Amino acid sequence: MEISNNQLLRFTTAGSVDDGKSTLIGRLLYDSKSIFEDQLESVTATSSKKGHEGVDLALFTDGLKDEREQGITIDVAYRYFTTPKRKFIIADTPGHIQYTRNMVTGASTANAAVILIDARNGVIEQTKRHSFIASLLNIPHLVVCVNKMDLVDYSEEVFNKITSQFEEFSSKLLMKDVRFIPISALEGDNVVNKSDNMSWYAGGTLLNVLETLHISSDINKIDARFPVQTVLRPQSDEFRDYRGYAGRIASGIYRKGDEVAVLPSGFTSKIKSINTGEIEVEEAFAPMSVALTLEDDIDISRGDMIVKKNNQPEPSQEFDVMLCWLNNDAAKPRAKYIIQHTSNEERAMIKSVVYKVDINSYEREEGDESLKMNDIARVKIRTTRRLMIDSYRDNRNTGSIILIDEGTNETVAAGMIV
Amino acid sequence: MKKYYLNYLDELESEAIYVLREVWAQFENPVILFSGGKDSILVTHLAKKAFYPSKIPFSLLHVDTGHNFPETIAFRDDLVEKLGVKLLVGSVQESIDEGRVQEEKGKNATRNALQITTLLDAIEDNKIDCAIGGGRRDEEKARAKERFFSHRDDFGQWDPKNQRPELWNLLNGKYFEGEHFRAFPISNWTEMDVWNYIKRENIQIPSLYFAHQREVVWRNSSWIPVSDFLKLEENEEVFSKKIRFRTLGDITITGGIESDADTLEKIAEEVSTMRKTERGDRSDDKRSETAMEDRKKQGYF
Ligand SMILES: Nc1nc2c(ncn2[C@@H]2O[C@H](COP(=O)(O)OP(=O)(O)O)[C@@H](O)[C@H]2O)c(=O)[nH]1
Ligand SMILES: [Mg+2]
Repeated sequence: MEISNNQLLRFTTAGSVDDGKSTLIGRLLYDSKSIFEDQLESVTATSSKKGHEGVDLALFTDGLKDEREQGITIDVAYRYFTTPKRKFIIADTPGHIQYTRNMVTGASTANAAVILIDARNGVIEQTKRHSFIASLLNIPHLVVCVNKMDLVDYSEEVFNKITSQFEEFSSKLLMKDVRFIPISALEGDNVVNKSDNMSWYAGGTLLNVLETLHISSDINKIDARFPVQTVLRPQSDEFRDYRGYAGRIASGIYRKGDEVAVLPSGFTSKIKSINTGEIEVEEAFAPMSVALTLEDDIDISRGDMIVKKNNQPEPSQEFDVMLCWLNNDAAKPRAKYIIQHTSNEERAMIKSVVYKVDINSYEREEGDESLKMNDIARVKIRTTRRLMIDSYRDNRNTGSIILIDEGTNETVAAGMIV
Repeated sequence: MKKYYLNYLDELESEAIYVLREVWAQFENPVILFSGGKDSILVTHLAKKAFYPSKIPFSLLHVDTGHNFPETIAFRDDLVEKLGVKLLVGSVQESIDEGRVQEEKGKNATRNALQITTLLDAIEDNKIDCAIGGGRRDEEKARAKERFFSHRDDFGQWDPKNQRPELWNLLNGKYFEGEHFRAFPISNWTEMDVWNYIKRENIQIPSLYFAHQREVVWRNSSWIPVSDFLKLEENEEVFSKKIRFRTLGDITITGGIESDADTLEKIAEEVSTMRKTERGDRSDDKRSETAMEDRKKQGYF
């Protein structure tokens, strides 16, 4: 299948336990013919061992031994499928243990979130939680699937009621593109194939929607940001004087001849060349990995950022972050952490907790300074040196950070710069 | 207006190059695990792009089972020469001779699991702190859980239930003395993506991937090549078949498929209509539902 100009869409699934996430993914893979015979055989065998009739679609996604034995999903798993229109990457995030941590992880790179609601239960606390995280992580597109429509007689009324419930509470959240689809993951209605049972529904199937979401503008193409990963200094005679800056464009577009500033030093120069591998190009844009050379010899190293002279990020040492705590060990008050921001690394301290968010009621709680696993809070951070930051709403790549505990080397928190 | 977006292959390429450059920037002594198979060839090709016009800054580490296709070794030596990189070899035969591991017995014996010890020894002996692999998440269910930067404790073990969360493009490669990392730049590629890309870039791959005439026996539901290392059973019949391999591994267990695909175009076409995963032809993964997970936890690729 030649699909050379097709785009890649990354999406994550969210729903509480038993809403049908695994079944839905299994259905997408199965109906889009992305399941191989040996996978089908192994899942069919396991299904009958467990006393299921036919194929338990949910088994396609559970990977680890414990997951299959206990019928639960422990960690984010990635699945792939391709249609003639797009390549898809699914981050399948588990519904219970460490839910927030896993959903935040899966959501961080997603273009879209598919949120499942059980038609029998309607909007529940978890739905609000998932929507909050999707909005916090600024996922550009949200697809709300009302699942198990077969159990409510494919009723339009039930669907409409849930849709308005959702719209009511989600008006408090910042979400740009929200759609609703009535489905049955088990029976296959409106997942890949259009349902005969819901003629009242005029919209596309889930796959239709995923294939046609407009994702070209999901990446910021206005503010050019190029974090330097490493400097290329070839030792060969041919490239004796070559000094290339290797990195992946975080946002924006760069062209040969552009006037640029190098941060934090502030020196300015012009782009002399742009390369992707051996090929020299006139322009490059996010998320391309390229090597830049500049007209002038400037001291540049990993962690520096090359930006356009007339559009620069805010160099800051103290800023507010929406922080999601990801570790079993709670945050230690005023402890120092390593902060990773683009290719830069400094040390940082959580100066104070401004408020914590109750992700079910969306209420702010002030006065509680503790940060435990799955907590989300607005905090003040101070770093040892200035970072070249943007707000996360404007720029997912230069507006995000992680904190690493020096004592364990673990990634303990993820943050979105306010 | 011009559209500023990447197609999926360019996006996968860009992501892989980003990961390779992070490896180089964050680790002291990284190597590419080079098996001579298409995935490690792809990783090597991407490394060439990532650091051009510099040379690839990594050595290649081959964990040699001793049960090789001669074509693979010739291909390896040729590539190493062309790229001007250093080749490190960890020998499973040596590990056996030194008594570090015991050869499996019986008809379905393989040296697959034995590679774990040789690999971990090579990592320790060469003070390697990051081994870059061509593992892909679509290959196998345990691999679907891998991170780009995957931590290994000081016994070289993987703890899949306790992995560091990986968010956005921020990769945490911090480790303590004795621990190391595995890095998987092509995590998000599928077999189809790999073939489409090899075709697009016209990457050289061993002749074994193309359809060719070969002596084979039917074993474990696939065509196993006859070689010096294969002990034929009494009732086994040798055929001459036109076959090709979808993956290359230990010659005693890597099954071929009957095929006429002798160009990259035909291979890509064939793969797109294939109804079995590539690992379906490898008896090492057929042993049990969790064969891969069990091996990976101990330190396998
Ligand atoms: N009737 C019906 N049952 C469903 C549907 N989708 C999922 N289920 C069932 O709901 C249960 C939980 O599904 P599963 O996919 O494991 O949910 P998860 O916990 O969200 O991954 C299973 O018994 C499924 O068969 C549906 O559309 N209709
Ligand atoms: Mg599940």
